[in-house]
Amino acid sequence: MTYVLKKTGVLIISLILISLLAFLAFQIIPGDPTTKILGTDYTPERAEALREQLGLNDPLPARYLSWLKGLLQGDPGISYSYFMPVKDVMSGKIQVTAALSLLSWVLVMLFSIPLGILLARFEGGHFERAGIVLNQVFMAVPPFFLGMLFTYLFGLVLHWFMPGGYIPFSQSVPGALGYMFFPALAIAIPKAAKTAKLLRSSILNEMNKDYVRTAYSRGNSRWAVLRDHVLRNAMLPVITYLAMSLADTVAGSIIVEQVFALPGLGRLLLSAIGNRDFPVAQCIVVIIAFIVVFMNYLADIITQYVDPRVRLS
Amino acid sequence: MKQYLKDKNFRAGLLITGIMLCVILIGLLWTPYDPNAMSGSEKLLKPSATHLFGTDNFGRDIFSRVIQGAGATFLIAAAAVAIGLVIGLIIGGLTGYYGGVLDEILMRISDTILAFPSILLALVMIAILGKGKYNIIIALGILFIPSFARIVRSEVAKQKNTDYVRNARLMGASNMRILFLHIMPNIVPVLLSSVAIGFNNAVLSEASMSYLGVGVQPPDPSLGRLLSEAQGYLFQAPWYAICTGLAIILLILGFGLLSEGMGGE
Repeated sequence: MTYVLKKTGVLIISLILISLLAFLAFQIIPGDPTTKILGTDYTPERAEALREQLGLNDPLPARYLSWLKGLLQGDPGISYSYFMPVKDVMSGKIQVTAALSLLSWVLVMLFSIPLGILLARFEGGHFERAGIVLNQVFMAVPPFFLGMLFTYLFGLVLHWFMPGGYIPFSQSVPGALGYMFFPALAIAIPKAAKTAKLLRSSILNEMNKDYVRTAYSRGNSRWAVLRDHVLRNAMLPVITYLAMSLADTVAGSIIVEQVFALPGLGRLLLSAIGNRDFPVAQCIVVIIAFIVVFMNYLADIITQYVDPRVRLS
Repeated sequence: MKQYLKDKNFRAGLLITGIMLCVILIGLLWTPYDPNAMSGSEKLLKPSATHLFGTDNFGRDIFSRVIQGAGATFLIAAAAVAIGLVIGLIIGGLTGYYGGVLDEILMRISDTILAFPSILLALVMIAILGKGKYNIIIALGILFIPSFARIVRSEVAKQKNTDYVRNARLMGASNMRILFLHIMPNIVPVLLSSVAIGFNNAVLSEASMSYLGVGVQPPDPSLGRLLSEAQGYLFQAPWYAICTGLAIILLILGFGLLSEGMGGE
């Protein structure tokens, strides 16, 4: 229990620090947002009034606190590009990115765990050698390039889906998820290759331990030893890795959304950076950073739950 | 070096990286065609003996463009790794050697930075610095500092109580002399592996950022930029994207195998 409390304390401190850093990072960028918002309507008086309205005249700590308060209440400021609340600009976009990264995360698990076990099971054979070479190649493929290959092969040649023809969740949930399958696959494959490799080496590492020799000596087959004795121990580092890799699938979706023209947080972040719409960019960065930190926190908690030795060390 | 050569991964990585580097080096002096020479009559040609990778929408030779792009990507990666390595060596060396509160704080910060997906941090840096070739080098270079600092720190901390360091101290060598002339040469083998990982990450990051349009800007070449151009002609000229992508994969694969062969992750 004290372990969980300690980790929760660290989590809260990290969240506060991240929000502070994200806020400061976008404050040091030179430039006056009012010239951008007002455009041709710019007059010094209007700019001054707008600055007052946006709270840009307040001292930095006050602006940070009011931004943080807004963020916690779900209202993190006004977009400079659209001049409407950031939360309206972002509405619907979070669901796309969340669905895409969760889907690819599930795919990572579906591919990597059986593959890692099979590679360890057939150690030394042709299957393993071929598997390792392929695995190494897939680890090196950038997800967005895989996305382009899928667009060409399954979209343009085989017509299994319409590139760019994303159907929003509001119209059809199966349609939206169906369109997301190939983007999710593109994110998942390189990640699954890495995870399978980790699981394989984790299993092979366990295979040299004394309890495995004992299990063999009692007449168990390699498969039985693997399944009943080794796997639960070998999974420990992999569980931690999988929990943390959700953050990577979120990051992967930033790029892959661009390939498949998915209207998610990634595309919004890129256009916000391009248009120097910093309240939006700041908000997206903070959201993704929170997800990362929170998943690391969950990984710690899960690890100590399945492996109590962690708590004691 | 000899012990590495026994490793299959290392040999494969050396072969791939070696071939790519040779092609890049030759490409600095000579390419089959001028990468920017347009030809109205030779638009979107399929790969053939005259144009190995075909031609693009302006009739430019894709093979020459990929060689030029690979060279640019490699130089960006090298510059970014160099920045990260040099600053990482200094920070990691000093914190590992002296320890103390500053060490604790810097390592906590680097842990936090390492926990984040690098593409997100790179995008934030680009938002602050602006787009462009030099900014992406700076952004990636800064992002690489923590990982290098971490490895150098732990190696220096390991070495600082060994006999040869005590011996040097007894002979009156100054701390800086011990750190940079006695300890540093001994951590080179470990560093080589992380330099290879650094190259691996840098090539992937450059390709991603330039593909997204926030990295290298036209008219500068790079593999990521070629891919983003190729996407518009995916249907008419799929070989454009495929050949460019293969060059990226070979670079990443080569460095990945090298680092693995040298005992990295």
